[in-house]
Amino acid sequence: MPILNKEEAQALLKKVLAYSKAEECEVSLNGSEGGNIRTALNAVSTAGDISTIGLAVTSVFGKKAGTATIDEFDDAALERVVRRSEELAQLAPANPEYMPMLGPQTFAEAITFNVNTAAITPDTRAEMVAKSLAVTKDAKLTAAGFLENSTSFNAVMNSKGLFAYNKGSDVTFSVTTRNQEGTASGYAARGFTDVSKMDTYSATKYAAGKCLSSSGAKAIEPGKYTVILEPVAATYLLENMFRFDARSAEEGRSFLSKKGGGTRLGEQLMDSKVNIYSDPFNPDLPSTTWSGEGLPREKTSWIEKGVVKNLSYSRYWADKKGVKPLPGPGNIIMDGGDASLEDLIKSTERGILVSRLWYIRMVDPQSLLLTGLTRDGTFYIENGKIKFPVKNFRFNESPVIMLNNLEALGKQERSISVESYRSYLIPALKVRDFTFSSLSDAV
Amino acid sequence: MRRRDFIYLTGMGAGALMLPGMNALGKTIDPIQALEGVDVKIKKELADVALNAAKSNGATYADVRIGRYLNQFVVTRENKVLNVANTESYGIGIRVIANGCWGFAATNDVTKEGMAKTALKAVAVAKANAKIGGAPVELAPQKGYGEVSWKTPLTKNAFEVPIKEKVDLLLNANGVAMAGGANFVNSIMFAVNEQKYFASTDGSYIDQDVHRLFPSFTVTKIDPAAGSFETRRSLSSPVGMGYEYLDSLDSEKVAGITTRYKKRYDMIEDMKFATQQAADKIKAKSVEPGKYDLVLDPSHLWLTIHESVGHPTELDRVLGYEANFAGTSFLTLDKWKSGKFNFGSKAVNIVADKTQVGSLGAVGYDDEGVKCKKWDIIKEGTLVNYQAIRDQAHIIGLTESQGCCYSQSWQDVQFQRMPNISLQPGKTPLSVDEMIKNVEKGVYIIGDGSFSIDQQRYNFQFGGQLFYEIKNGKIAGMLNDVAYQANTQEFWNSCSQVCDERDYRLGGAFNDGKGQPGQSSAVSHGSSTALFKGVNVINTKRKIG
Repeated sequence: MPILNKEEAQALLKKVLAYSKAEECEVSLNGSEGGNIRTALNAVSTAGDISTIGLAVTSVFGKKAGTATIDEFDDAALERVVRRSEELAQLAPANPEYMPMLGPQTFAEAITFNVNTAAITPDTRAEMVAKSLAVTKDAKLTAAGFLENSTSFNAVMNSKGLFAYNKGSDVTFSVTTRNQEGTASGYAARGFTDVSKMDTYSATKYAAGKCLSSSGAKAIEPGKYTVILEPVAATYLLENMFRFDARSAEEGRSFLSKKGGGTRLGEQLMDSKVNIYSDPFNPDLPSTTWSGEGLPREKTSWIEKGVVKNLSYSRYWADKKGVKPLPGPGNIIMDGGDASLEDLIKSTERGILVSRLWYIRMVDPQSLLLTGLTRDGTFYIENGKIKFPVKNFRFNESPVIMLNNLEALGKQERSISVESYRSYLIPALKVRDFTFSSLSDAV
Repeated sequence: MRRRDFIYLTGMGAGALMLPGMNALGKTIDPIQALEGVDVKIKKELADVALNAAKSNGATYADVRIGRYLNQFVVTRENKVLNVANTESYGIGIRVIANGCWGFAATNDVTKEGMAKTALKAVAVAKANAKIGGAPVELAPQKGYGEVSWKTPLTKNAFEVPIKEKVDLLLNANGVAMAGGANFVNSIMFAVNEQKYFASTDGSYIDQDVHRLFPSFTVTKIDPAAGSFETRRSLSSPVGMGYEYLDSLDSEKVAGITTRYKKRYDMIEDMKFATQQAADKIKAKSVEPGKYDLVLDPSHLWLTIHESVGHPTELDRVLGYEANFAGTSFLTLDKWKSGKFNFGSKAVNIVADKTQVGSLGAVGYDDEGVKCKKWDIIKEGTLVNYQAIRDQAHIIGLTESQGCCYSQSWQDVQFQRMPNISLQPGKTPLSVDEMIKNVEKGVYIIGDGSFSIDQQRYNFQFGGQLFYEIKNGKIAGMLNDVAYQANTQEFWNSCSQVCDERDYRLGGAFNDGKGQPGQSSAVSHGSSTALFKGVNVINTKRKIG
């Protein structure tokens, strides 16, 4: 039951709407199935298989809205959840920001679903993890890793005639390899829509290589360095910037707020090599074709040649400001260049190669100043070559300042943020004057 | 909260109406339903079905957790109520040992058939995992307690307080901010009730009713001409208490440069101070970087304790189970075995305590049926212990678990989580004013701000809410753009004084994340104001284009 096709979802939602007595009613249905395996010390530590499905009904009277959810699907239960949402709506305070529900919209068919990924079983997961563990056992390293897959769908229908459906699947894998002395560490993370692209063996080989070459790290002085951020590191740092919300900018509480009022829309905020956009139809990182507000999602440029090209407007804020609503990004893609990582290293006279970043937190939301640390492979580059591994650094840097100091872009890769687990298409970045503020002895 | 919730990319405000994230926190229920419990006799019958099914299919040990998790949110912005929701999640998690290996399965089919079927699934998972190999689970012995119960001590169940009362409080507080010239304010009331029933083949049937509450706000003042803005968050703490936390009491206030709060919180008063202080922050002097003596208020220090003491003393991190995510720990077993690892100065005494009244982590029994207690972690600066659960106890020579097992819901497997970890007050009478009098060049920090620490918990950086310059024993004015960086061991060795118990207060984390897939837990950290000598302070002011 957890994954319904479009017709099944449509039929169920119609049935629920038929029970409604509210002025407006919206029904949404979410289902997912998938599983995970976690490893530590070269063995499986936990494993799980999870499937869920639930239905939510929002009833509206005037500007009073109430939502109730249920995970039972017999007729009596479906009617009960509709009645409960109506009762809650009558009890709720009116929301002055409530926007009437949208009528029918046209949504393009998404390309988020992959049949290979949807067919993953616990055995498939175990096989993928076994391939990874074989690498670390052979190399006499210790692995801790996490593999997770899910297939999910969501569908929405309202009393004004809107209907939207989307089905998607994803698989992610990450692994940290450490030597037995605990003096060196390496990391790799991969994410795909199509599991046939997932090679846990080569990913673990990469992480093992990082670990082996990280041994004997030397301490060098913190300060401003040219850095090469591998895509995993760049992703985790940049994702803190991907909030192109017009309302907070216009209210004056965003890095996109302008001195004297207004926003920085149309301003050159970064280096002209920077292009950031979202595109639901990118085959390497597809996203849904409709937003949470029921608006169609199309390819949208956020930063073009370093200029702020668009800000997202919710329906309420767009109405208030008299502009067209624009949904926020469903995915984020940053254009890369042709340079390989080796090319970027070769062109660096003196710099630091960063494999992964960790524990990034906002220090100042106005300048987007972030702090965090390097982790799992940090190397000193001199005259175009990696000279030796170095101890980890803490940095204090703003992604906006960093993208103004951009020297070169590497090839674009799909990579996963370390903490949010969201995937992005981001290139390796070569950046001058990146601020490392102190040293860390952590491995 | 799980960071991967879908709401991030859809935009939380208006999108929440369309996709309410129903699987993240359970299904929405009528408020009145939150007051109806489940009969303990029914829970015992269901638990016995699961335990018997597990045993008869080869489990050498089994435990079952029947959980009913209730959440209530009231979310406001200025004069608007953005959301009111009551959610419920109800189901069963069954954990077994079979063929020497752990297995786990969960279901929301809370029937005898559901129990039996899920118990078999858990046994099958254990047997499948056992084929992969590894050392058999070694479980510390645990006596059965029979049928016992525990409830968070409270006088006012937050779920019994009408929503209107909460809405009125939040909107009144927001009104104070708007009248004070704030440009933006939001406030949230978050109440949690975990109704947990635990039974195991050891012979325990434990019924617990756990309550937590977290009122909070953020107020923002904008200077459009300068293109700058500043915020001040509430100085409330999340608490393991009932709604009585919001019954303001002068005896629970700590007077000073701003009012801070012990076991009762005055939201209206705090909002008034916060609105003024957000405006003051815009005009405050930017700090000159350098070495300063830091006077850290408990509303700030709790987070430093959490990150630099709580996490590195988790035994699963020490052993490598978090290596791929949160990392390992610098407090390796050899340091503990030496019995003389110098973690901090003699003034540093840190205890673990899952019995502390009013704390977030307080329960009668943990999620594997171990009675909760208090023990030393750091004694006069020396590392003396970790935090362990039943299958780890033998590793550090314990004959029983320390009761640190927790799961965020019935559908997640329980694992090692930190208890309340607190710095003990100084034994010599010392007030905050007396402490400040002896500081020549310092910064007094109140409230928690940004926080970051490395994957072995050495190098950290912390911000705060309010910063005051101390010059020659006196507060000299407000500072801005302050963060301090230190190495954990050096930092705790620089702790020269801790105020006495009159100043002791709890702070806490309502959603501390750990594990893959991630789980959150709530935990408190207590301290009195403490003095740290010669800490590196940096200036965080930057300009973007």
